[in-house]
Order: sequence, then C-alpha cells, then structure tokens
Amino acid sequence: MQTKRTIFGNKGLPYLLLAPQLIITGIFFLWPAAQAVRQSFLREDAFGLNFTFVGLRNYERLLDSPEYLNAIKVTVIFSISTVILALGVSLVLALAVDRMIRSGRAYTTLLVWPYAVAPAVAGILWWFIFNPTIGIMPYVLEHVFGYDWNHLLTPSDAMILVVVAAAWKQISYNFLFFVAGLQSIPTSLREAAAIDGAGPFKRFWTITLPLLSPTTFFLLVVNIVYTLFETFAVIDATTEGGPAQATNILVYKVFRDGFVGLNFGSSAAQSVILMGLVIVLTVIQFRFVERRVTY
Amino acid sequence: MKLRKIAAASAVSMLALSASAQAQTQIDWWHAMGGELGEKTEAIATAFNASQSEYVVVPSYRGSYAETMTGAIAAFRAGEQPDIVQVFEVGTGTMMAAQGAIVPVYQLMADAGVEFDPSAFLPAVVGYYTDPEGNMLSMPFNSSTPILYYNRDVFAAAGLDPDTPPTTWAEVEAFSRQIVESGAAECGFTSRWVSWAQLENFSAWHNQQIGTLQNGFGGLETELTFNGPVQVRHWDNLARWEDEGLYRYAGPGGGNDAGPSFYSQTCAIMMESSAGRAGVMANATDFEVGFGMLPYYDDVEGAPQNSIIGGATLWVLSGGSEEEQRGVAEFFRFLSSPEVQAQWHQETGYLPITQAAYELSQSQGYYEANPGADISIRQMTLNEPTENSRGLRFGNYVQIRTVIDEEFERLLSGAVDAQGALDAVVERGNALIREFEDANG
Repeated sequence: MQTKRTIFGNKGLPYLLLAPQLIITGIFFLWPAAQAVRQSFLREDAFGLNFTFVGLRNYERLLDSPEYLNAIKVTVIFSISTVILALGVSLVLALAVDRMIRSGRAYTTLLVWPYAVAPAVAGILWWFIFNPTIGIMPYVLEHVFGYDWNHLLTPSDAMILVVVAAAWKQISYNFLFFVAGLQSIPTSLREAAAIDGAGPFKRFWTITLPLLSPTTFFLLVVNIVYTLFETFAVIDATTEGGPAQATNILVYKVFRDGFVGLNFGSSAAQSVILMGLVIVLTVIQFRFVERRVTY
Repeated sequence: MKLRKIAAASAVSMLALSASAQAQTQIDWWHAMGGELGEKTEAIATAFNASQSEYVVVPSYRGSYAETMTGAIAAFRAGEQPDIVQVFEVGTGTMMAAQGAIVPVYQLMADAGVEFDPSAFLPAVVGYYTDPEGNMLSMPFNSSTPILYYNRDVFAAAGLDPDTPPTTWAEVEAFSRQIVESGAAECGFTSRWVSWAQLENFSAWHNQQIGTLQNGFGGLETELTFNGPVQVRHWDNLARWEDEGLYRYAGPGGGNDAGPSFYSQTCAIMMESSAGRAGVMANATDFEVGFGMLPYYDDVEGAPQNSIIGGATLWVLSGGSEEEQRGVAEFFRFLSSPEVQAQWHQETGYLPITQAAYELSQSQGYYEANPGADISIRQMTLNEPTENSRGLRFGNYVQIRTVIDEEFERLLSGAVDAQGALDAVVERGNALIREFEDANG
C-alpha cells in the first residue's frame, strides 16, 4: 500500500478551516449541554430569581418517581415497536419495488412523499384519522370489525397510534436506503444461487439479507435515534403523552416538565440522563454490533 | 458637493423621524388569544392607540396560554420581557411568588397616579387575583365560568321539554338515559376541561373544600383536600356513566373532542366555558342551542353555592421604564372602562369584569336579545363566596391539572376506583405543592 504524505506549511490554516464547525458545535451543543448539567444540580423558581444548589437531589427524585420509571418503560416499548415496524415495512416495500422493471421509479417517488411532510402536520393528520369522535378509522373499526377504538382512554390504542404515526414518517427514509442497498447487490450472485436450486426465500435469507446488513445497521442507528428524539412532534400532536402517561416517552417528559411545568432542575436532570443514554447507545452499537456486520 | 448635501439632509430627516417615533412610548403586550378572540384583542389595542398619542400598545400573539407564560418567563430570564403578559388563572400561584419579577397592579396604579377604584370590579372575579390583604395583583382581562349548553332539538326528539335544562345531576342522568334510549343522540353529555369543570368548579358549586388555607389563598403551606365524599361520589358516577354510554370523555386538558361531538349532535349536552358561546353559536348551525347552569346534587348541603372563574389576567413584568409603566397604567384604565368591557363581554362571552360594564350591557338590552348570555354571571354571583368557593391558588398548578387528567383517565379505564383516583391526585399534587414551596419559600 502506497501512502502519499503532503506537508502543508501553514500552521494556522487547518484551525481556521475547522473553526466554523467548532464554533457551531460549541455554541449549539457544548454550551447548552454544560448549562443543562449545571441546572440539573440546582433547584430554582420559574423566573430564575433565586436558586439553591441541591447536589444530586433532582436525580434521586427522578429515580424514585414512578412516573419516570414508567416513561423509561414506555420509551423502550415505543422505540422497539417503531423501529421494527419502520424497518420491516420499508424492507418489504423495497423488495417489491426492486422486482419492478419499468414502474420502479414511479413507485419510489410515491413512497418518498411522506418524508416531505412536516412532523407536526403528520401528527395532525393522524389525529384526524384516528379521532374517536370525528375520525374515519374508529368508524371503520367499529362498523367493520366491531372494535371500539378510543386512544383517549385505552393505553394500548394510544401506543399503537403513536407507533404507527412515528413509523409512517420514517418508512420513506428507510425505503430509499434499502432500495439503494438492494441495487448494489450484484444480480450475478442471486442468479448463481437460483441456478444452484435456491428458492426465493433461501436466496433472500442467505444472500440478500447478509449483503444488506451494512444498510440495515446504519438504518438501525438512525431509527433508534429518531424514535428517541425526533418523535416529539408526533406525540405532541396526537396524544400529548396520554392517556395517564401511557405514551409519555422520555424526551416528551423533558419538555412537559421543563416548558409546561417550569421545573427546570428536574427537566435538566432528565436531559443529562438522556445525553448519557445516547453516548452509551452509540458506543455499544459501534463497538459490538458493527463487528458482526458483513461489509 | 451636492451628494454631501443630500446625505446631510436625509440624515436630518432621519433624525426628525426617529424623534417623532420616540415621542410615543411603546408597550409590548404578549397574549394568548388566537383566531377571532385575537382579532378582538388587537381591536382593543388599536382603539387605545387611537384614543391618545403618548403610548403605543403593541399586542403580539404567543400561542397557547402555557406557551405565552413560559415564553414570557424565558424572555424575563434573558432580560427581554414584554411589559404586559397574559397569564391563565392556574399560573397565578407561580406569578405571585415571583416577587422581583412582577409589578402588582395596585402598586403600578398608585405609582403612576392613575385613578383606580378596585371596588368597581366584580368581587367574584377580582377576589381570585388579590393577595391576602385584599390588594389587586393583576388586571382581570378575560374571565369565564363553565355553564351547560344543550341541544334543544335533541331534547324535543327524545320527548323532553326543550325549555327545561337539567338542573341536578339526577336529572342529567335521567335525561341522558332517555336521550340515548330513545335514539335521539348517541350520548347524553360531554364536558370540556374535566379538572376545571368536574373537580374545581364542582367543589366550589357544592361548597366543598379544594385545599386547606382557604383553597391555598392563605399561603404556600396549603394542601389539597378535594378527595372528599362528595367529589368521590361524582367521579364514581362519571365513570359509571361513561361505562353506560351516557357520558363521553373528551380528552385531557381542554377536552378538545367535546365541541365536535356536541356540534355533530352526537352528544346532547355539553359543559363548556361561557366564553365558548361564540364558538357554539357559530358551529351549532343545524339545531337550536339552550343554556343552563351547572348541575348539582340536591342532597348536598349548601349546593348550589357559586361557580368559580377561569380565563386569564394581565400581569405587569418589572424592568420597564417609568414611562412604560405609566403607559401600562393608562392602558389598564382604558381596558376597564365600561364601554370597552361591555363590548368585550358581549362579543366574546367572557364575563364583564366591572359592575358598570354589567349594568351597561343590561341597559343596552343585550341580555334580552341574547337569552342565556347572563347565565354565567348569575351563576358566579349566586351566593356570597365562601372560603371554599372564592377560587383556588396553588403552586405548580399547571402540573397538578395534568395529574388530575391522568388520574381521571385511569379511573375511566378501570385501573382504579374514584376514591383511589382522587387520593392519588391529592398525594401527587401535594408533592408538587411542596416542591414549589421549597423552590419559592
């Protein structure tokens, strides 16, 4: 292997070129993050007129509170369900489109549309579709299947609603990557397997899926981060965390406690815990999961 | 040479322009009135600006009540606060406790030397916003109280008298059953604002205590007590009626589904703020609407007492110049004049906040022309308020409202009984009140 080393004379230039990115990271990430850490050790009134240092009490209170433990449980259920649904459906759609010869392009364009819908707008759409009083879906469910849909009262209905709404947003994105991933798998491999007598399922499990694993892994990371942090608008527009906190995921609870409840200490402590969670998740994913991925 | 002259001339004219702009003191007013209410709010500011030339009130819409309040608080923390902010009634505890951040209205008026008579205001409204010494802290702007709306056509179809709204809960149950069984409508009644209408107002209306120390007016050491037998009985009934299909739950917070189910004639009765009147009249196009007072249990001693208010008041934030504060005082005087108040009351359905505005509306013949429009004020002033029915004031009450909704939802889903739900509200609510006391004590 041949390496070519270029020596740049200017010592300051690299720093200058890095500066914009560093400044942005500093202002929009490091500084607020430091503020959050500081606030998480304080107890203050809403206006910030007086505050006292309370050490770890905000954290202790959180870990003692059944509402917080419930939010963790809800987040785990919500994230896993959303990721499985979003990845599963988009993979099926991508496989279907991959088999199309002429109409593939048209389907791809149509399937990408939902991604252009703003999360808040998507949330309102789902709110209308599933509204127990005026929505079309509860009407259909009741008259065709005899199921009394009411996500305002039934926790499982509410969870299904937010999972479907959150996954729907993400399917387009996943679909695009899966289509690209499928196109990069050489057809000769599948043809060779077919000649050797492998059926479509065998070919999928032993050739397509393993060769797709880099894409799948990438999407897994992106989707988990999406469910943890970017589903805020969908939840705010559909269930607002209800009924009785059944869909109150961690990031939504940070918002409710901080910006509605004005309890900045607790809200900051929750953000710090979330930040820690993301760091741990990222390390685990890249250190352990990546090893098992065939590139 | 010529160019320089032009530049100099334009500089002079710029100076003159900015001088004339400076002559008027700008007063920023953040409010939470969207849609039609927002237009009426802006109209008040426009009228004030036209009435004098010293001050300009600049209203700006900041989203929901919670968003407006938290936005103003964030602005205060950054030193960019508006002069006036509209805060909903449950934020009163938080605003009151922030002594360095607000200028009490009685003090503002005295400092500015603007003539101001607190006794002109309706006691039921202003009592909610005074300190224990009777000083007025914020300026009542939009106050309302929940009343009962019903569908006269459905009543007639069900064989009920459309001129007789239910007055007791026993009648609500009987009427609802008749409505549902006759097929006149799918459900009997629904309610917006469960915590406000079916717990807080319910307690006041039945003269039941909401919290110790005069429902929290007496100090931060207060504790919630609304898990008494009367409230438990009512919540127990609501859960049973929801189960039987007589009552339909309309969601947490404002209960946004109540309106659509009333307008679509799915539910025959709706309990909703008196300020919802304009919306109800605009949407109930296919049927006749009737109005009534909130129902009560006739075997409860002291019921009906009087209902309590909701809505918002205007708080003055500290940090404005002396000129700005004077302008705010002038604006408040304008705002509470009978003509402005009477017009606001009649157009929106909010309560008139002064006796004079009420009397003016009477002499204009408004109540004869609009039957039912005076129900709110009659219901609020039905009896001299007791310690239990003056209102309520607790720290962190915005969060406690959420707790009330959550426990009510748990009750309806069958996870807990009425006593258990209200006990949990009291326990979780008291913890929040203690936290507030710690942070503000």
